[in-house]
Amino acid sequence: MKKSRCYAFALISLTITWWGISAISAPVIPSPCSAVITLAYLLENGLLIHIWASLYRILAAMFLAFFTGVPFGLLLGTEQKADDFFSFIILVLYPVPKIVFLPVFLMLLGLGDLPRILLISTIIFFHMAVTARDAGKNLPQGSVDSIKSLGGKKRDIYVHVVIPACMPQIFTSLRISLGTALSVLFFTETFATSRGIGYFIMDAWTRVDYNELFAGILGMSIIGILLFTLLDVIERCICKWKYI
Amino acid sequence: MLEIVNLSVEYSAEKSRVRALDNINLELEDRKIYTLVGPSGCGKTTLIYTIAGLLKPSQGNIYINGERVEGPSLETAVILQDFGLFPWKTVEQNVALGLVIRREDCIKIKKIVDGILDKLLLKPFARHYPGQLSGGQKQKVAIGRALVVSPSLLLMDEPFSSLDAMTRENMQGEILNLWRQNPMTILLVTHSIEEAVFLGQKVIVFSQSPGRILYVINNSGWGVRESEEYHKTVDLIRNLMRGHSR
Repeated sequence: MKKSRCYAFALISLTITWWGISAISAPVIPSPCSAVITLAYLLENGLLIHIWASLYRILAAMFLAFFTGVPFGLLLGTEQKADDFFSFIILVLYPVPKIVFLPVFLMLLGLGDLPRILLISTIIFFHMAVTARDAGKNLPQGSVDSIKSLGGKKRDIYVHVVIPACMPQIFTSLRISLGTALSVLFFTETFATSRGIGYFIMDAWTRVDYNELFAGILGMSIIGILLFTLLDVIERCICKWKYI
Repeated sequence: MLEIVNLSVEYSAEKSRVRALDNINLELEDRKIYTLVGPSGCGKTTLIYTIAGLLKPSQGNIYINGERVEGPSLETAVILQDFGLFPWKTVEQNVALGLVIRREDCIKIKKIVDGILDKLLLKPFARHYPGQLSGGQKQKVAIGRALVVSPSLLLMDEPFSSLDAMTRENMQGEILNLWRQNPMTILLVTHSIEEAVFLGQKVIVFSQSPGRILYVINNSGWGVRESEEYHKTVDLIRNLMRGHSR
């Protein structure tokens, strides 16, 4: 089956399932039709502000986590001394549910975007760092030996071997992190803000406007799908060799 | 000239030390092809790695043109067993790597790489990734990558072991052609007696682990598979190795 047909099939079966569920649990779950109509209306009437706010927060958080977590993880993966020192700290901090620090972040950093972005990126940072570290520990030895034998210095090993070799795993971890990031984003937007899809959904709930609630959920899903597709496109560009 | 003096290499395995090479003494003259044959696990790869400066000797020294080997040298190129190609780089980028590391300028790199790709008939595959190539083509890329830096010493670690019989013979011929056009010192490690005798002007026979030099044989049968000398030398080495494995 062609890819586009697969997508269409998935979309249709999901819509039918949704429609079936909505038929028995109305009005809490509106039909897909009315949710989409409400979404279309809201996109022209104020929902975009919330979508942009959420997109900005999640993109900023992912960038921040990527550009700190990946280099840090690669360093741990390739330098035994750094690993000995920091691994224990990561081991202790990794299982702590960082999400409980939202109140602390809000109190320390104010009520703006910064504490929300930082909370998301703190959580994602650990995913990035741990994956990059493990990838860095399993480098193809042949490639490392080759580049050393060509006279490559440490910098060359990073540029020509470590970074490209670890990229596929890092993209996998980015994809998994994206799901977590979206959940955390929703959570951070339910407190002390009047912008963002998370706020919009909670607001619709308190107004008992189920159509708007579901339009919000659809909006959040669209953000997720967009980011997922974006990651896919970037990966296909950067890791071309994986897709031949 | 490559001189190996009293060279021993030991690995530390759990609580014990394993000797891979035992007191190797060897001199390789410039612009000659040497092949080294021995049973698997006899330390052949260790010797290549040590000469390449990737491993430190436990005892003894290696000198290239009188200078002690302390680490990888720009004059030495290595072709590893599984080719050591970078799957994320195209053929062109793989071949160019040695020059990129040496920070040569782009125009010069392009010119040299194009020349090498032409010579190895790899031009049509310049933009391909290693994953898209056959075993023989990958091997050519590895050779191209080694030759691009015009090394004076080329070390090869069982370079043809993963190729089928015909490709293998073609690649052996290719190596001899390249060497005739541009003679350099070559040390090729193999477990195939036929390959060692076909390629090596001198054949070094290694013992079982820990690797010691049993014989260094002057080989007049090199380069011509059909010659009587070739077959005689193959038989001679086979008998010698058989005698030692008993």
